[in-house]
Amino acid sequence: MKLIDRLFRDAPLATRGEITPKLGFALTVLLAIVWLIPFLWMVVATLRPASDGINAMAELMPSLKPTLDNVRDAWEIGDFPRYTLNTTIICAGILLVQFVTITLAGFAFARLDFAGKTLIFYLFLMQLMLVPVLLIVPNLRLVAQLGLYDTLAGVMMPFFASAFGTFLMRQAFEAIPTELEDAALIDGASLLQRIRHIYVPLSMPSFSAFAIISVTSHWNDFLWPLMVINSPDKRPLTVGLSVFTKTAEGTQAWGTIAAGTLMVIAPLLVTFLIFQKRFISSFVTSGIK
Amino acid sequence: MSLAEPATLSVATPAAPRLHILRHVTKRLKASLPAYLLLLPSLVSLALFTYGAMGRVLIDALYQRATPKAPLRFVGLDNIAAVLADAAFTGAVVNNLIYAVGTAAPSIALALLFALALARTHAVNSALRAALFLPVLIPMVAASALFLFIFLPNVGLLDYYIGRLLPVLPNWLGDPDIALYAIMIITIWKNAGYYMLFFLAGLQAVPEDVMEAAHLDGAGPYQRLRHIILPELKPTFLFVTVIAILNAVTQVDHVFVMTQGGPSNSTNLVLFYIYQQAVEHYDIGKASAATLLTLAALMGLTALSFRTMANREGGP
Repeated sequence: MKLIDRLFRDAPLATRGEITPKLGFALTVLLAIVWLIPFLWMVVATLRPASDGINAMAELMPSLKPTLDNVRDAWEIGDFPRYTLNTTIICAGILLVQFVTITLAGFAFARLDFAGKTLIFYLFLMQLMLVPVLLIVPNLRLVAQLGLYDTLAGVMMPFFASAFGTFLMRQAFEAIPTELEDAALIDGASLLQRIRHIYVPLSMPSFSAFAIISVTSHWNDFLWPLMVINSPDKRPLTVGLSVFTKTAEGTQAWGTIAAGTLMVIAPLLVTFLIFQKRFISSFVTSGIK
Repeated sequence: MSLAEPATLSVATPAAPRLHILRHVTKRLKASLPAYLLLLPSLVSLALFTYGAMGRVLIDALYQRATPKAPLRFVGLDNIAAVLADAAFTGAVVNNLIYAVGTAAPSIALALLFALALARTHAVNSALRAALFLPVLIPMVAASALFLFIFLPNVGLLDYYIGRLLPVLPNWLGDPDIALYAIMIITIWKNAGYYMLFFLAGLQAVPEDVMEAAHLDGAGPYQRLRHIILPELKPTFLFVTVIAILNAVTQVDHVFVMTQGGPSNSTNLVLFYIYQQAVEHYDIGKASAATLLTLAALMGLTALSFRTMANREGGP
């Protein structure tokens, strides 16, 4: 009871005697534990030796003789270093191009007045709803016509513009006082110089928020790269993991699957645990990406 | 009045203002040029991969080949008729509707519960929020790999711990009556923590003084929820519902990895149907027709929520 009292210490005095909020809290704690069980199983199963047998596979109590055999097997069966490299190239490539496109477009919306601004604004806004994954069929044909089928560039191309990023940068640029720009204007700085030396350096938090959303969503993309990529050595992590899972499932090698999954999600989980606050606030601003 | 008369009237308009308007337009366009140049990279990409793609879907849906090697010929609305007559497509639409409602409603309800329970920020709540948020970060494919074992008959996690309580062990992914609900569980697990964030943000907008007044008037927790918190969260509900429905159409990677639409099409969803038509049957016409119908449905949804979205982004 003391613990619960401490958790509700800063609640308004009138509500401290109420039961319902405490029941809701207890239910949430219970569900949070349930939510973690798949992750717990993944770690326990990764470390479980094959000698424990298939019937102990679901046991959530860690094995007394932990082993890294599963990690080694997964590393050897799946080409994970290659997949990780491909995913990194895809995410970095998309992000670098996006930084340029969203900075320029965000600035145009934030600071410039131009004919057709409302129309162009709505063209961007609509893109938030027309999720690219729905347009896989026409976009696959376009990528093939451009000669980019089965290339990493083909995977990246549809994501070079980002309406979400444009709106995020517009918001950041609007918050920058115009006096700073006026001073640079007097010194004869060109438009691009002003963006580069005044607006960009002052908007770093927005760039990092955008980077988090962009990288997590493209790290996790599956269907689009599945359709564009044909050669095994160009697969990103998600496609690689799905092929790997299919192979290992046939032999009931669940420990190896757990180890492979762990390898795929570890980079994201570790980064999240370090920059938790940043991640959460970025995801709140994202909504639709 | 004869028909010729109005024509003579219009001559009275002097030519000078028209020239003036023309000059004004050129001037404005010239002044707009820097903005257009800045927007150009984004607009090219939007033109190719969003609006151009929509145009290509529209055209591709009107053409068909008799055999894979035969030349394309114009078939009008035949592809759309064929898709609508295809039991696999209508089945996928029904499945997708069940899936949309069955994932959106529980995950939004859970998200609201989580947000209400964890609204105050201290270390314990932050840790709980992080735990509930973890599934959001991982790829759907990784979640599928984990749940393949969780749902594994007899030796899997679910049967090992819960199945013992049931008289007959269900085959979670193998039974056509259960499989769709099994994959819905994965979606709820993966998305509830994401929607929680929006409710947490929305709860901060609930005015402190109104809550205090409610306390003073002796309003209980249900009354406060019903009359103060829920009305305040209305925009959040609308926004999260739209995202949840979009996700129900687009975020279906687990169908590809776990069930391939089976058993007997019970987990076939619209996006998987489109993929099958395009990649497995090489039927671009039918795939485009199905894409077109899905786009139209989502555009209807867009129209409903467009104003909320525009306000959220601060207006043009």
